[in-house]
Amino acid sequence: MTTLSSPLRTTTAAAPPSSSGPRRRARRTPRDWLRDGGLSTLVIALPMILVFGVFSWFPIGRALVMSVQQTNLISTPEFVGLDNFVFVLQDPLLGKAVANTLWFAVLALVFGYPLPLAAAVLMSEVRRMRGLFSALAYLPVVVPPVVAVLLWKFFYDASPTGVFNTIAGWVGLGPFPWLQDASSAMPSLVLEATWAAAGGTVIIYLAALVGVRTELYEAAEVDGAGVWRKIWHVTLPQLRGVLFITLILQVIGTSQVFLEPFLFTGGGPNNATLTILMLIYDYAFGSSLGGNYGAATALSLMLAGVLAVLSAIYFRVTRPWSS
Amino acid sequence: MAGNNRPGAGPAVAERGIVSSHDRRRASVRGSLGVLQGGLLVTLVLAGLGPILWLAKAAVTPTQDTLRQPLGLFPNGIDWANLTTAWGRAEIDHYFVNTLILAVGAWFFQLLVATTGGYVLSVLRPRYGNLIFGLVLATLFVPAVVLLVPLYLTILDVPLLHISLLNTFWAVWLPMGASAFNVLLVKRFFDGLPREVFEAARVDGAGPFRLLWSVVLPMSKPILGVVSVFAVIAAWKDYLWPLLVLPDPDNQPLSVRLPAIAPYLELDVFLAALAISTVLPIALFLAFQRLFLSGAGLGGAVKG
Repeated sequence: MTTLSSPLRTTTAAAPPSSSGPRRRARRTPRDWLRDGGLSTLVIALPMILVFGVFSWFPIGRALVMSVQQTNLISTPEFVGLDNFVFVLQDPLLGKAVANTLWFAVLALVFGYPLPLAAAVLMSEVRRMRGLFSALAYLPVVVPPVVAVLLWKFFYDASPTGVFNTIAGWVGLGPFPWLQDASSAMPSLVLEATWAAAGGTVIIYLAALVGVRTELYEAAEVDGAGVWRKIWHVTLPQLRGVLFITLILQVIGTSQVFLEPFLFTGGGPNNATLTILMLIYDYAFGSSLGGNYGAATALSLMLAGVLAVLSAIYFRVTRPWSS
Repeated sequence: MAGNNRPGAGPAVAERGIVSSHDRRRASVRGSLGVLQGGLLVTLVLAGLGPILWLAKAAVTPTQDTLRQPLGLFPNGIDWANLTTAWGRAEIDHYFVNTLILAVGAWFFQLLVATTGGYVLSVLRPRYGNLIFGLVLATLFVPAVVLLVPLYLTILDVPLLHISLLNTFWAVWLPMGASAFNVLLVKRFFDGLPREVFEAARVDGAGPFRLLWSVVLPMSKPILGVVSVFAVIAAWKDYLWPLLVLPDPDNQPLSVRLPAIAPYLELDVFLAALAISTVLPIALFLAFQRLFLSGAGLGGAVKG
């Protein structure tokens, strides 16, 4: 420890006097550490070390161990190799859950990715009451997610007097089955999720739009560019970095979707909205499967691994364009 | 007045956007821009404010009216009793207090860990500081789903102490304290504080505790405000975690109780309960609008 850290100290310390230098470098006793306030530093660092240690670092390490163990709280955990992974990969529900989660992610991209961008670009051109626009856009984000889902569940009432069906009836459409039908259930979930999250993305884009260099607009105008070409060739290229990051954050977020399928449909109808995280929940805490902690951890590690690989490839591919 | 709320916009920057000032004076441009922005405003009012106003209306409407004419405006008058029934008989008051306790505790531990941690990493800088900072940052890259099951088992049997935190508020408070994003946010803010002030305080004989409490924290009110508001909102929103670690209904917050009591409540009382649960977050938002709309707590990664 001392031999390793002593060269570091001499380079970082601001030119110690040559007489005391060698003596200091030779040995740093616990008493020196105490005198330099090492103990009070450690005391102040303790909340962070303890809280992260017990509730973050330890569980992360434990996840790796548990994925190769058979654990059920009653008998002592035993090593089972890759059995948990095999169990999960052979579960007929896994394919369904992966397909549903992908479907949710794709729909969320189609609904939720271009919309906030268009809104933010339009809002950045507003001269008066811009605060009102962004406050209105952000309002759904502060509604507690559970309240939003329960409220929308009522809106989605499939009877002709349901809220959305009444509105659809005004223009001669519907009534739609919304959550009741296997094919419309997932789009309904995505619609609510988009409503709940779009405002946050709008605010991120608005903040990024402030940094767009406006002299380039003038240069484009000299070249005879119209509004669309200015947006396409000046605005969007300067938002590249933010657009790439919101895209990957959205993919990471939607791949872990839980609240909407859990509270809207419970994974139904006929498993049409069963997502990966719901399957993990069922393995660990579900009433019928339940208690299979090894399988739950194995699946969550596989999901995390896929996300990590995906992000790495994504950043590698987009790096030339985003800098 | 409200127009000044634009996040981070200096007065000079807002001068022009995509459409030039010259074009703005043309009637056709102004017309189409006006139509587009008017359309956006109407959409935002309907989509953003609409559901919330509807909930506010439904909270004081009798069940039969809400079911038969969900979009009618009080066809048979207002029923204020929904609110008192929800608050009292449906025990929303009890769960509201639980939610408050969870939020305040989570706020305290997030602030404690973030300020002491940020202070150690930014100002005191012990030799093991970089290692710890690396480990804290590493947790940012671990998706929440990985923690779910092992953290639950950790709550059932805390290492070293070998006690169970199940059904105690600690089970929600302490894990929320382990927020790498908060530590990063506060450390970055501390990094920007003038070092000379710390040196002056040290020369005057201030120890590390005194330096934190009397010098660093008073200079850091803006960032403490950001962390505080987002800590309270996050605790209010949390659902899956309290559902797992607080199985006893007596300890559960609103987010967990609302779906559970839905089948047993009359619709109007239930909608009133939903409305009551939404009041505090919206009040916080209105009071600290600037903080939310500046994107301060949204994406540290994004602001880069």
